[in-house]
This record gives sequence, C-alpha cells and structure tokens, in this order.
Amino acid sequence: MSGSTLEIKDLHVEIEGKEILKGVNLTVKGGEFHAIMGPNGTGKSTLASAIMGHPKYEVTKGQILMDGEDVLEMEVDERAQAGLFLAMQYPSEISGVTTSDFLRSSINAHREEGDEIPLMKFIKEMDAAMDYLEMDKNMAQRYLNEGFSGGEKKRNEILQLMLLKPAIGILDEIDSGLDIDALKVVSKGINKLRSEAFGCLIITHYQRLLNYVTPDYVHVMMQGRVVKSGGPELVERLESEGYDWIKQELGIEDETVGIDA
Amino acid sequence: MSVELVDKYSVDYITAFSKARQEPQWMTDLRVAAQQKSESIAMPKPDKTNITRWDFNTFQHQANETERVSSLVDLPDHIKKFVDLSKQQHNLLLLKNQTNVHQALAPDLSDQGVIFTDIFTALAEHSELVKKYYMTEGVQVDEHKLTAVHAALMNGGAFVYVPKNVVIDEPLQAIFWQDDAELALFNHVIIVAEDNSEVTYVENYLTSHQETKTVANVIAEVFAKDNASISFGSVDHFAHGTTTYINRRGIGQRDAKIEWALGQMNDGDTISENVTHLLGDQSVCYAKAVSVGRGDQTQNFTAKIVNHGKHSDGIILQHGVMKDSATAIFHGIGKIEHGGTKANAEQESRVLMLSKHARGDANPILLIDEDDVTAGHAASVGRVDPVQLYYLMSRGISKQEAERLIIHGFLAPVVNEIPITSVREQLTDVIEGKVY
Repeated sequence: MSGSTLEIKDLHVEIEGKEILKGVNLTVKGGEFHAIMGPNGTGKSTLASAIMGHPKYEVTKGQILMDGEDVLEMEVDERAQAGLFLAMQYPSEISGVTTSDFLRSSINAHREEGDEIPLMKFIKEMDAAMDYLEMDKNMAQRYLNEGFSGGEKKRNEILQLMLLKPAIGILDEIDSGLDIDALKVVSKGINKLRSEAFGCLIITHYQRLLNYVTPDYVHVMMQGRVVKSGGPELVERLESEGYDWIKQELGIEDETVGIDA
Repeated sequence: MSVELVDKYSVDYITAFSKARQEPQWMTDLRVAAQQKSESIAMPKPDKTNITRWDFNTFQHQANETERVSSLVDLPDHIKKFVDLSKQQHNLLLLKNQTNVHQALAPDLSDQGVIFTDIFTALAEHSELVKKYYMTEGVQVDEHKLTAVHAALMNGGAFVYVPKNVVIDEPLQAIFWQDDAELALFNHVIIVAEDNSEVTYVENYLTSHQETKTVANVIAEVFAKDNASISFGSVDHFAHGTTTYINRRGIGQRDAKIEWALGQMNDGDTISENVTHLLGDQSVCYAKAVSVGRGDQTQNFTAKIVNHGKHSDGIILQHGVMKDSATAIFHGIGKIEHGGTKANAEQESRVLMLSKHARGDANPILLIDEDDVTAGHAASVGRVDPVQLYYLMSRGISKQEAERLIIHGFLAPVVNEIPITSVREQLTDVIEGKVY
C-alpha cells in the first residue's frame, strides 16, 4: 500500500486575532519522516494544532490537503478518519473514561458500524502495544490521562499512534519531559511504524529525539515560516552551532512570533 | 395538608385505612396525630427554589385493583431489566402500586434473623422494632407539612433489619413500581444495621407512565450502629407528571460507615434531600449523587453531612448534567458540630450544562463550630470542555460520541458505585435516555 500525501500551502493561522503562522509550505508523503525544529515561540506547535483543527486556531489563508482533499473543510473527527493523527504535547485528561474504553472507541471510529473490533482481539493488540512501549498494564483501566505522569501521557499518545496506524502522524514535542529511557522507548514505538504507508512530521525543540528517530528531511521554523530545509546533516549542524547562524544568514533578529506558540 | 386534602383524607379516612391494614394502634395514632399537625405547619422552603406553585395535592392515595405478578419472567420489560434473572437467588422485594407482589430472601439470611419485607408486613410481624425507628430518631413527623402528610398517608415501603455481626454479601434490592398512573407513593423505607453488621441495599423507583399528575413523597431512614456498614444505592426515575419530595436520612454511630450512591433521574419537579448525622466517633459517610435534568423540570438537591463525632469523616460528591430548559440547584452542606475534633468535611459539586437555556447552580456551604478540623470544598458550573472534545475527536470519534463519553465519565463516580450490575447498567441506560 502506498502512502498518503499531506500538503500545506501558504498557511496563515491566527490565535485570538494574533497571526502566528505567516505562510507555511510543506509536503509530507508516505514513507517520509520530516522533522520540524526551531526555537520556542516560532509557530511549530501552532502548525500541528492547525492541521488537526484545534478550536482556538483560525486558518485565515492557505490550504491543507490530504491526498488532494481539503482538510480545512473537515471536522476534527473527519481529519482523523482521513488518516491524520496528532500526538499532542498536552493531551486532555478525561475523568471517568478509562484509557481502554477510549482506545476501543477510537479504533471502532475507524471501522464500519457492525464491524467493531472483537473485544479479545482488541485486548490482544492493546496488550502487545503496551508491552512494546513498556507500559504498566493497569494504565488501561485508569481514567484517560488523569493523574498520568508526563512520561505516561507521552507513551499513551504513542500507544494510540500504534493502535490507530494513521497514514500521517504528527508528533508535537513528544520528547519534552521524557528521561532518556522513556525517550528510547517512545522512539522505538515511532520507528516500528516506519513503512511506505506511514508519513511522519516530528516537531521538536531538541535534537536529542532525532538521534533515535532519523528524519529524511529537516525544516527550521522561525517567525511563523519554514526558513530552512535540508537533510539529516542539518540536525548535526544545529546541534553543534545552534540557530544563530541561520538568523544571521537570513538577517532575522527576533525569531519568535511574539507570543508562546 | 391543604384544606381539600384534609377533607378528603380526614381522621376517619386515615383511621379506616390503618384499620383495614390491621396496623398496630401506635401507627394509627401516629397517622392521626400527623394528619392533625399537617393542617397547621408550613411547607418546606428549599433554598433558592420557589415551590409555592408545585402541585403536591393532585393524586390518588390508593391504587385501583393491582394485578399480582405470578413470575418475574412475566414482568414488563422496562421493569424486568432491573432484575438480574440469571441469578439463582435474589434478595428482592417488589412492590407494585405499593402492594408486595414478590419477596425473596436467601434462607440463610432469614435463619440469621435478617428481615427484608414490605413495611405493612413488618408492622404486623415486628411492630415494636418498627416503632423504635419509625420517625423517631431520624426524620421527624413535624419537620414540615410534607413530612407530616407523609406520616399520615404512608402507603408502602420496606423494612430492613440486619442483626448484630451479620454480614450480607449479596445486595438487597427493592423495586417500587408505580404502575397506576394516579397513585401517589408515600413510601417509607427503614434500614437498621446492628453492631458490626454489613448490608448493601439498592432501591429503584420506576413508573409506567409520563404525564399523569401525581405525587411521590418518599422517606428513607437509615441507621448504622457501632461499626456497622450500610451501602445504599438508588435509581429514582419518577415521571414528568410526578411532583416529588425525597428525604433520605442517615445516622451513624461509633465507627459506622454509610455510603450513599444516588442516581437522581426523575423527570418531574423534585426536591431531594440527603442528610447524614455522624454521631459516633470515627464514623464515615460518603454521599455521592448524580442527576440529569431535562425538559422544563426544576430540581433542588441537598446533600448534607453533620459531623458530631470526633474524627468523623464526611465526603459529599454531586455531579449534575442539565439540558433543555431544566433548572437545578445543588446544595452541599458540611457541618461540623462543637466537639467534633479532628473531623473532616469535604465536598465537590459540579454541574455540566448542555444547553443555553438550562440553569444550574452549585451552592457549597461549610458550617464549622469546632477549631481542630479539616474541611474543603470545590464547586463548578460549566459546559463541555471544547479542548476535551477536540482531543477525543482527533482520534476519529464523532462529536456526539465524544460528548457521550465525557458525560458518562462525568457521572461515572456514582454510576460505578451502584453495587448491582443490572441496576448499574439500567442507570447507564436511563442516563443515556435522558441525555440523548
């Protein structure tokens, strides 16, 4: 199965009247791993949230296409049905809903009515994925993200990614707040998905994650735009030299968009 | 009573009603005294709800001929689904139109002296025991007009007695089925758990109709003696046409534990108060309640725990969902009396609003007359969190299903506490029916 294509064209996004993204262009195809890097406040997470349809973000200009279909016309659940998945930086806590019930509802949402996943098959798949991510099985019966540590929340996001097998996965700072062991486990989960059918957009503030998940393409965001793109060698240069050389090269003084984005 | 009611339900009528049931004289006297008091005392005044126009007068006091129920299998589906028929042994009491039509208790329990029967049978067979607890230490006849009218016109109920040291594992279930649309339920439940005993009791108020005007006036008195434990679950589901007053009262002695899990799902105007007095040292009460308001109904809920004993612990949790143009207020009252050192009073009241026209309010109150205590409260009124919806929908779950998950999750703290599986499932169903 060949993968899907996510195209972002001249994307402009506002939050509460303030423009954060100022013309982002990016294409992610099945089989490709893209990393988006950049200092804090340059619009990386805004891009992820806008693609998925977060209620606070308003797209004012540009296009997002999934295999040619207009994503911006879709409701959030339709975007997921179309093959998009966002591992969130701050997943919501939902009291009273067990992680297991949520996962089963999510899987069934991608299946036809009357073709729901059999309970035993679901438990088997969930258990296998939890083992792979070295997760405590009790987590399945705990309420969704409630009282989870930062690391548990991130693993839970990757667990969902593994079970839902989307065409395009977007990982929004999946590495923040993880210790090195957790980072390795999460990376293992991401790498397991690598195939022609899976494209991935990895948003990160640190180079560390990219030591474990090697990107094919690397993009740097500043001032709400992609200002530099390259291959994996770009990660190494950023690691040793930081971002200042890019700012100098492009004549940028303040790389941020003015607010925490 | 109102003037018309006093005429209709005169001393002569009440005496005849009592005599026809061969009640002990003390009960006849109590009824007559209550009838006489009811003329002069005032209606209750629930805080922030005006009930002056509520109709507590339109009802029939006695049912028309009630068909017996020959077998549980023959019950109509909407009643039968509350009974787990797969079980070999039920501890079940079924009152249809206030007539005992089915009663079962495990033989080993009756051998140990456990009593689980309807209130009239209890009056006939255990008069002195009922007399000791019937509107004496718990609810008073003259608290207000509705308690007095209740005492005068009581027409059904249940009596549970658990002797010292008896631990009942299987829950006792009482179903009060109002099949006759006009029949009022003046229902009285008494639960007595003697020292070191344990019991779980679940009651269901079910109806077969919707709009016919009638009244429910329900009192439950629950007594947990030293080191006794009572777990009390309910699904209240009176119809839209039924004006309801519910008063559930608990009294806990030393080291006693009373747990309430109340599913308050009435469709009509309702006042429901749940008050527990923790008299004994180290006594504990968890008062958990959920409710769903819909249509045009107005409801007033009070959950109150009074800590008298040292180291007593009272925890209140109320979660309500309001839709359409329903109105509800949730009073949470934690009161620590002087002398209740090291007592703890915690409460949480949350209201989830599903419509612009619904009105909901949480009213937390802490009244503390002792220095060395701990207390806390949390209250909120809000809508479904759009970011939570976004999170669930981002996994492909539809908006409606996402809302459903969030609402069930919001009500789960009480639903999950209901001890009988079939009743828990039915409460979930009732919630589903009310929310969508």
